[in-house]
Amino acid sequence: MKVSYYPGCTLKSKAKNFEVAAIKSMERLGVEMVELDRWNCCGAVFSLADDDLIHQVAPIRDLIRVKEQGYDKVVTLCSMCYNTLARANQLIRNDAEKRDTINRFMDEEIDYFGEVEVVHFLNFIKDDVGWETLKQHVVHPLVDVKVAPYYGCTLQRPSEVGIEPTGSFELMTQLLKALGATVIDFPAAAQCCGSYQVIGNPIAAGEVAGSILDIARISGVEALATSCPLCEFNLGKNQETLLQEHKITQKIPTYYFTQLMAIALGLDSETCHFELNEMVAVDYLKNKDFLVSHP
Amino acid sequence: MKATITPKTMDDGFVQKLAELSGQNIHICMQCGTCAGSCPMSEHMEFSVRKVMHLAKLGLVDVLDDLNSCWSCASCHTCTVRCPREIDIARVMDALRQITLRKNINHIEPSQISKESLKEYPQIAMVAGFRKLTS
Amino acid sequence: MSKTQKTQGKKQIRELATGDRAILPEGARTIPVYIMGKCYQVPETLTIMKAMEFAGFKFLRGAGCRGGVCGACPTVFRMAGDYKLHFGLACQTVVEPDMYLAQIPFFPANRATYNIKDLESMSDSVYALYPELFRCVACNNCTKACPMDVDVLGYISAIKQGKISKAAEISFDCIQCGLCASRCMGEIPQYHLAQLVRRIYGRFVLPQAEHLKNRAEEIESTKYDKLLADLVSMDRKNLEKLYVEREREPDLAPPGTWKPKETKYL
Repeated sequence: MKVSYYPGCTLKSKAKNFEVAAIKSMERLGVEMVELDRWNCCGAVFSLADDDLIHQVAPIRDLIRVKEQGYDKVVTLCSMCYNTLARANQLIRNDAEKRDTINRFMDEEIDYFGEVEVVHFLNFIKDDVGWETLKQHVVHPLVDVKVAPYYGCTLQRPSEVGIEPTGSFELMTQLLKALGATVIDFPAAAQCCGSYQVIGNPIAAGEVAGSILDIARISGVEALATSCPLCEFNLGKNQETLLQEHKITQKIPTYYFTQLMAIALGLDSETCHFELNEMVAVDYLKNKDFLVSHP
Repeated sequence: MKATITPKTMDDGFVQKLAELSGQNIHICMQCGTCAGSCPMSEHMEFSVRKVMHLAKLGLVDVLDDLNSCWSCASCHTCTVRCPREIDIARVMDALRQITLRKNINHIEPSQISKESLKEYPQIAMVAGFRKLTS
Repeated sequence: MSKTQKTQGKKQIRELATGDRAILPEGARTIPVYIMGKCYQVPETLTIMKAMEFAGFKFLRGAGCRGGVCGACPTVFRMAGDYKLHFGLACQTVVEPDMYLAQIPFFPANRATYNIKDLESMSDSVYALYPELFRCVACNNCTKACPMDVDVLGYISAIKQGKISKAAEISFDCIQCGLCASRCMGEIPQYHLAQLVRRIYGRFVLPQAEHLKNRAEEIESTKYDKLLADLVSMDRKNLEKLYVEREREPDLAPPGTWKPKETKYL
């Protein structure tokens, strides 16, 4: 099975761990993720001003690429990319006047009318691969891994593009359960990690991230699974800073859900590029004997 | 804090501009406070979202101009999904930012961000931050 | 050549005006072009640069190699009645009737200061030096403005993704004219970014020429010092003799097969 795949800027470098784990896991499941040719940065956030069209050009251009390369849907991993592409797609589908203006402006591209479907990876696995198939391929069930799905903002909000209804975390829960992990109920699963305020108001961002990690600790969460490089940074890589600023009292291992999937499917730890995670993430899995190195 | 409400301080043009940019009818806000209660950045805002909506309805642009509220917003959309009047509050906050940004005033300066941060942070942090906080 | 001299011949040959002459031969066709808003009648088939010189402009800035590779003469132009802007090099673009044009000899795009030795080959150094890179909205104005058909959005996207080698390859044809930066919504200095990326690529990614390095080391190791000293102190007659009797590798000798009779200098 082949599927068109949109990576987003961060997954090619800083969040390579997210991407490689996903691609290799999918290979195990018989899916080839075909990276979109000539894609550009989608802009990471959907422009909310009613008259702003120029900021819609970037995500629409990517959807045009999907269309001209012959695919009717595109799968993304990064939640922010998913949100931006999906909302831009809706704009094109629902607003004829804006659609016309944008198509005219991008006169060097073919016209786009919303023909492509934007799908998040979790929905793709559920609908096109199936939890049962995933479960059958698991060789190292993540026994005793007490993990909570962390959705952040952009997977569920606004409801028009949510991968599932606000307040439901079934998709990632089902995935983690299929991998054999113990899923913990976590009240802050969709609480904002601070997002881009890490550069705008870092103090505020640090506090909201700290509060999420605190709630995790109190809820008995031993690991967090996320789908966004910015969430992973705010809650994961930045934990050393949070610890030093006394915003948290202990670190919690944070992973991309694809890394957990890769480990459970029996892929080696090099595939997961744990060097890009916070150290505590490596230690946690090592202590549970999950890190396998193939010669 | 005192806000003087007179025809002089209430800027009707501002209210209209806000409505145009956000596409929202902010006058139907009933000041229930659900937005402020849900907002993760509430305690970092000088005035909560609810108060900002109230000031916006009255067009008290001079008061709004001085606040850091819309600049602390992380566009998480929790307010939007919970508003009982179905106002897309995230759009209203963005409209407030746009009114300042479109005067060619940046809230953060890309050149002022430390080199260490630029090297360490994921690209989307800068891309999103610059889109929301620079003109 | 004056008009009277010409008509003395049996047949009057119609001369094409080639622009170097300020006085046009009779019957030569001219077309109107608008240089910075003012109309000038210039011979057709001239380049914008030659047309401007024909019209009496003297280039102190905005002219260089005149061969399409130095980037000194970027020009913006428009055809009358149409809103669409076009971009090109004055030395390469031929004038057309009712062309409205202006040059942009210099654009003050941001240029970071750095020491290449202090940079790693990772893209992080690029992000630290040019944070405005993240203001790109993929509007594609840059690509549309490029007179060398470089995929500017392509290389800016590649840099954002951390792909230094790809960006270096895509930006190879850039002549640093500055038109991209002049049209950029995000105020990004695309061509300076590309220059930095190509420098990083050349220094840290491309394989170094080992034989060059070895030769440089040999020279520094004083291996050739005596030989050079001998030559410097030699008299003219002996130098001439040495030169005339020098051994030279035949042009078509297969590589590695020829050796001089005197091998002590190798």
